[in-house]
Amino acid sequence: MTHCNDCLISVRDLTKKFGDFTAVDHISFDVGPGEIFGFLGANGAGKTTAMRMLCGLSYPTSGTGQVAGYDINRQGERIKAHIGYMSQKFSLYEDLTVFENMRLYGGIYGLRRKEVEERADAILRRLDFLEERNTLVGSLPLGWKQKLAFSVATLHRPKIIFLDEPTGGVDPITRRQFWEMIGGAAAGGTTLFVTTHYMDEAEYCGRVSVMVDGRIMALDSPARLKKMYGAASMDEVFRLLARGAERGG
Amino acid sequence: MKRKRGIFIAFVKKEFWHLLRDSRTLLVALLIPVVLMILFGFTINTELNNVRVGFVIPHPSESIRRMTEKFSGNPYFTSVGQIPPTRIDEILRRGVADAVIVFPEDFDRRLSAARQGLPAEPLAQLVMDASNPNTAIQGAAYLQGVILGDVAVSPEVRLLFNPQMKSAFYFVPGIMGMLFLIICAMLTSVAIVREKERGSMEVLLVSPVRPLVIIFAKMIPYFFLSCVNLATILLLSRYVLKVPLTAGIVSILGVSLLYIALSLAVGLFISTVTHRQVTALTISAMGLIMPSVMLSGMLFPIENLPRILQYLSCVIPARWFIDAMRKLMIEGLRFTLILDDFLILLGMTVALIALALLRFNDKID
Repeated sequence: MTHCNDCLISVRDLTKKFGDFTAVDHISFDVGPGEIFGFLGANGAGKTTAMRMLCGLSYPTSGTGQVAGYDINRQGERIKAHIGYMSQKFSLYEDLTVFENMRLYGGIYGLRRKEVEERADAILRRLDFLEERNTLVGSLPLGWKQKLAFSVATLHRPKIIFLDEPTGGVDPITRRQFWEMIGGAAAGGTTLFVTTHYMDEAEYCGRVSVMVDGRIMALDSPARLKKMYGAASMDEVFRLLARGAERGG
Repeated sequence: MKRKRGIFIAFVKKEFWHLLRDSRTLLVALLIPVVLMILFGFTINTELNNVRVGFVIPHPSESIRRMTEKFSGNPYFTSVGQIPPTRIDEILRRGVADAVIVFPEDFDRRLSAARQGLPAEPLAQLVMDASNPNTAIQGAAYLQGVILGDVAVSPEVRLLFNPQMKSAFYFVPGIMGMLFLIICAMLTSVAIVREKERGSMEVLLVSPVRPLVIIFAKMIPYFFLSCVNLATILLLSRYVLKVPLTAGIVSILGVSLLYIALSLAVGLFISTVTHRQVTALTISAMGLIMPSVMLSGMLFPIENLPRILQYLSCVIPARWFIDAMRKLMIEGLRFTLILDDFLILLGMTVALIALALLRFNDKID
């Protein structure tokens, strides 16, 4: 199999072993520009390990791949400059203000101060957060933090944004707004790679892959997957696929 | 290059914000040196005063009377008067007296024999409450001195460097040795591990920032904080405790800054071996600060430690720092004479930084 040249993510037989344990077992897939790609799997299925390899955080044991046009085996550092990343576990520094957080992230990605200010203002205006510019993040509600964190991850206009369980612990209304933001970013040409365990959220994705025991068991659009498995919802598809899982829970 | 500097500055700013907005930690960190200096400088006193002495006198005589008068006239002693020989144990036990001097029945004869230089029989028996061994040993030495005073040829003793035997002089370097470990090693390691625990380290590692930048930026505010503390300590030492600081400020600052760097390296190393703040705190407190207090010579002279602990003390950075600081601050030795301490500290710093960087991998799997 050759790599897809226009794709922002393209991996072949990506494998990661920790000793005898194969966390990720020969996975292959492509993600195109402006696509929302859902990366589903139970805890322990290997989602996080796979995502770390894609982000340049760890090197694969074997297999090849490109992210944002850079080789994941050799150019991890180059990849980092061209991706955005947001995780549920941590969004922003709570003891810094909204703008200080933005300036820090802008600085990290090498933006000039003027650029940071312009983009920060644009983002805050869009979110209707201008008044909170100098508020400590710690005093904002969780939903706001998550929306803000996503915006901060887009500050340097990356080609791909990786979202690791971005909506954990957020109320349904905010989740919906959050997914609208993701949709907006995708419409603007950004590729989104999202892990989630909310199966209803899988419906927002253009395509989803379902990982079980380190392998990708299914990969297609939610509609096609439901049809293929004769299921009414993605939740059902997931349960059918994960039934044989040996790891995790 | 310019961009890299921009990133570094952005991080340093962030770290200053973290520190300045955590006002409780900041306040504690700034007050610790003042409190420690005052505690150790003024309250801990190893000088011996007011030893209460009782006397057992079976046959009163003129020479015994003169002997006991010497005790009542001495500021270090308080006479509790004559006591019956049967009650020695009880009086010491009840804490009425700290020491009892038992004169023999033939004290006059023994005294004159001793004055003629004849083979000496003991002049008197000294019974001491040794529940605090330090005071007992020191007190016994004083008492002996007084009794033998007009008998033996007593050597003239001159106390160099700390003629008033002020405990404060002795403790200041020890406080510094401990304090910088607390500020630099403990606070720094906790601050780094906090980022791991909160998950922010992961976000930073996914960015193009080099892990080294993150770490060094983290050290800078604590370095500044330590410098403020160093200034506080030196000013308090000089102007409040009147420590002479004889060797000159340059050597003292040089060794202190090296030790601060070393403590930061220790903190960095701790942060690479643990992922939880509680663990970092425990390692710093139990594995670092405790041994530094016990084995550095701060409280107990190293020569008095069991052999195996003496060897162990060699790996405690505070030992070398305190040794160097005492020589510089109190004895006023030239820098060249503490070069061995300095080189050991330097070696430790380099080794720890190398070790920490080896362990600090940007791949977090």
